[in-house]
Amino acid sequence: MKLRLQNVRLPLAHFVLELDAEITGQVAAIFGSSGAGKTSVLDLIAGLRRAQSARIELDGRTLTDTGHRVFVPARQRGIGYVPQDGALFPHLSVRHNLQYGAPRHTVGESKSQFAHVLEVLEIGGLVDRRPQSLSGGEKQRVALARALLSAPRLLLLDEPLAALDQPLKLKIMPYLQRVRDEFRVPMIYVTHNASEVVALCDEVLVIDRGKQIRHGAPGELFTISEEPQFVLKSQS
Amino acid sequence: MSAEELQIVWFTLRVAALSTVLILPFGIVVAWLLARRDWRGKSVVETLVALPLVLPPVATGFLLLKFLGRRGPLGSFLHQYFDLDIVFTWRGVVVAIAVMSFPLLVRAARIAFQEVNPRLEQIAATLGAGRLRIFFTITLPLAARGIVAGALLAFSRALGEFGATILVAGNIPGKTQTIALSIYSLVQLGHDTAAFRLLTISVVIAFVVVWLSELFYRRRDHA
Repeated sequence: MKLRLQNVRLPLAHFVLELDAEITGQVAAIFGSSGAGKTSVLDLIAGLRRAQSARIELDGRTLTDTGHRVFVPARQRGIGYVPQDGALFPHLSVRHNLQYGAPRHTVGESKSQFAHVLEVLEIGGLVDRRPQSLSGGEKQRVALARALLSAPRLLLLDEPLAALDQPLKLKIMPYLQRVRDEFRVPMIYVTHNASEVVALCDEVLVIDRGKQIRHGAPGELFTISEEPQFVLKSQS
Repeated sequence: MSAEELQIVWFTLRVAALSTVLILPFGIVVAWLLARRDWRGKSVVETLVALPLVLPPVATGFLLLKFLGRRGPLGSFLHQYFDLDIVFTWRGVVVAIAVMSFPLLVRAARIAFQEVNPRLEQIAATLGAGRLRIFFTITLPLAARGIVAGALLAFSRALGEFGATILVAGNIPGKTQTIALSIYSLVQLGHDTAAFRLLTISVVIAFVVVWLSELFYRRRDHA
């Protein structure tokens, strides 16, 4: 993946989001405390929000260029999005949620892809259920599958584990790792949990109040603290 | 119930149903525009739509009469080019009750649209859906209960409309007379027993419709 965020500027309620970064990792994390502007970055990449100024390019294709009035709408970007709460369509069954974004033309191929995604995420038994009847972890897996089935070129994950309790987090993480290894879809993973970054990502962009403060490999930026958790290394 | 009373009840139900069906697409579009879009003149349209709720019904009826009469701007056009008369016909009844019940539909539908989480529509867009597909597969189904409840409310308002109807359509037995107009005539003539019979019928119909409407609202809360 080569995602370029140039001169990104978006005024938010308490600060201005300003970014200039080139993200090349297979799974890149955007790390920061809550309210740091992480979700806004995802919204800009997905085309759900317009920046005051920005040039956003994915693998050589310009998605947003305010200077040249280019703004590819979200539906044409081919970018999957898994929001924090999953945002499953409550009036549709799990099956219809999953099929919502699946391309229709390659029937045979998409059928096997459908089965494969269901198998990897172990949600085959849920397809006839309603979203309301699913547990938090199941919802997240279905939302992840739905985004994957739309054959995205990039997958955005907005704190997919934040709403889950610790034991459930430990259960879902292997699924994310399997998705990473099986489907090879580039991902941007937003989180405020350093352990998740270390477990899943090969690149991390640290932002604070809308500004990028660090950028590098998780191994370079994080260290294990005395308590068994990862913390940001102090800047040398 | 006499044949005449049956005709009145049947006529009232038909015009109320027709007016509700007619305002439904417009009401949905206006409600969606008010709930989901910002545009110039929005507050003016908002106020115009709500006006029939606060204006005296006879005032609305008078405006419609002037507008739709043979010498009115729209009435003369329809008469000249389509040989169509609105005033003092069943069409006048439909127009009068449609205008009077429109705000109720728009209010309910607007709230229903506002309650749909925009995040769901955004996610649908990231899955490749265009605006129309998002509207018909996400927004409209999720707002449907509120819209149906609003339509039922508009229908019940249409059933009982009096002031605007009597000005636009008159009170012509067998032609434009609805339950409300008929009760008025019967009371004027001192036929209280007959008036009570129609009153009872209208109470039963109104009760059922409002009850259904409430049922839809409550179901939506549980969903």
